[in-house]
Amino acid sequence: MVNKAHISTEDLNLWFGENHVLKDVNFPVYDKKVTAMIGPSGCGKSTLLRCFNRMNDLIPETKIKGKVLLNGNNIYAPKTDITEVRTKVGMVFQKPNPFPKSVFKNVAFGLSVRGEKKNKIDEIVEKSLRNAWLWDEVKDRLNSSAFSLSGGQQQRLCIARALANDPDIILLDEPTSALDPQSTAKIEELCLELKKQVTILIVTHNIAQAGRISDYTAFMYLGEMVEFDETQRMFTIPKDKRTEAYLSGVFG
Amino acid sequence: MNRRKIFEFTGVNLLRFFILITGIFLLVFLYVIFSRGGKVVSWEFLTQAPRKYMTEGGIYPAIVGTFWLTVISMLLALPLGIFTAIFLTSYAKPAWLVRIVRVAINTLAGVPSIIYGLFGLTVFVRIFHFDVSILSGSLTLGVLALPVIINASEEALRSVPRDFREASLALGATERQTILRILLPTALPNILTGTIISIGRVAGETAPILFTAATFYTRMLPSSVMDEVMALPYHIYALLTEGSHAEKQVPIAYGTAVVLMAMVLIISALAIVIRYNIRKKRKW
Ligand SMILES: Nc1ncnc2c1ncn2[C@@H]1O[C@H](COP(=O)(O)OP(=O)(O)O)[C@@H](O)[C@H]1O
Ligand SMILES: [Mg+2]
Repeated sequence: MVNKAHISTEDLNLWFGENHVLKDVNFPVYDKKVTAMIGPSGCGKSTLLRCFNRMNDLIPETKIKGKVLLNGNNIYAPKTDITEVRTKVGMVFQKPNPFPKSVFKNVAFGLSVRGEKKNKIDEIVEKSLRNAWLWDEVKDRLNSSAFSLSGGQQQRLCIARALANDPDIILLDEPTSALDPQSTAKIEELCLELKKQVTILIVTHNIAQAGRISDYTAFMYLGEMVEFDETQRMFTIPKDKRTEAYLSGVFG
Repeated sequence: MNRRKIFEFTGVNLLRFFILITGIFLLVFLYVIFSRGGKVVSWEFLTQAPRKYMTEGGIYPAIVGTFWLTVISMLLALPLGIFTAIFLTSYAKPAWLVRIVRVAINTLAGVPSIIYGLFGLTVFVRIFHFDVSILSGSLTLGVLALPVIINASEEALRSVPRDFREASLALGATERQTILRILLPTALPNILTGTIISIGRVAGETAPILFTAATFYTRMLPSSVMDEVMALPYHIYALLTEGSHAEKQVPIAYGTAVVLMAMVLIISALAIVIRYNIRKKRKW
């Protein structure tokens, strides 16, 4: 079976000033699958992830060469509408970062900046909260501050906030590293549920987590995409020595 | 006792001593002002115009004048100051321009207030032909308050966690929407707290309004921003330097000082209440 790549890179190179952070990365993220990115800290996972929604644009002195194709279109082409890219490619950050607003307004944010109608917003907010498995916990306090939620709830709120934009793909950058085991388990299950409707690309420092939830895994090392394969296959018979070393815990 | 303990002992007590001195100084200061001015302040004093060459009656026109000068100068300076701070913190911009703006702001902040008065006289009164008026005075006071407002706003904007900005942009908001919907609302309470402190300064300044807005004596209340007005700090100055009935004028000057200080204290208290409420509500 040939999987359609939703988003992929072609010879992607990135520099922060003189620092060559991503080196000739070629990497497919398949449609409606969970893809995990693993690798030692500092190898460029977050940087690669942030190439997919052009968040690296915010960092001065960034230079990018190569392509990132979203549904076949290079998002680094000059005429690209960046806000549209970021609507189609949602992002969830390492530390839960809800806005200092109510639960409702957090989820409605993406819709309201695009001028969506009030009754439509109500509908989508509820649907997104349901899809993020948060609705039952917050339906009676939609107008409370998002900060009144627990850490795990806040992270699911951030997922709901991203879902409200009806994205094609969601990027998650170590979304459970700040959470307790129970909240982590819930988010992992949620990812498995969500992949029915949306493509998921998740960075994780936790090899076991990649094994539990991902269909594909990409191993990065010092800015290179060392190996990309089906998770099962990579975890049983890694092709590269470095992958094998990492998976057996040689470098943390 | 070893040397370190002696050192610590004297250090702590020296500190207490200085705090005590400061406290005493403040008490003496308040006592001098309030003991002389307190008994002058009455309902009549607050609500009536001066009479008989300022030797009788109240200071109502000066209260009204200071009120309008302060409010209008803030209405002018606040948007401009916040806008400048947004420019300095958010938008991508050439570094040399930011440096120039910063140098300009710091220079403005260090200029003595009498120079603002001269500037206002030349620019607003003469060149723009606003004459001696509330408008000229408010503009001058606004320029005076600008550096403080810009610095307070910039600090408030910078203290908004970067996460909020990234989250907003990642949801497809534009830079402008991010500023208007996330950065400003989050920073606004702190901007206002910083600004309220500058209100105290604006309300109490004499030199900037000396040539631009203040008049020595009028029984009339202003009917438009083009009228000249009495103002509390200038009234004190006038009472002490003009006229020939010092024994009647000096108590009125102290009374005026009490009113001015009360106004500034009330405003500062307001700032503290606002800050307290924000702290209670926010927890990131
Ligand atoms: N904002 C930045 N400015 C400059 N260099 C950065 C920035 N963010 C990350 N880097 C550099 O890019 C490299 C990769 O970092 P990152 O993508 O965060 O790694 P990972 O997520 O795999 O831990 C590191 O060498 C880091 O120092
Ligand atoms: Mg990272």
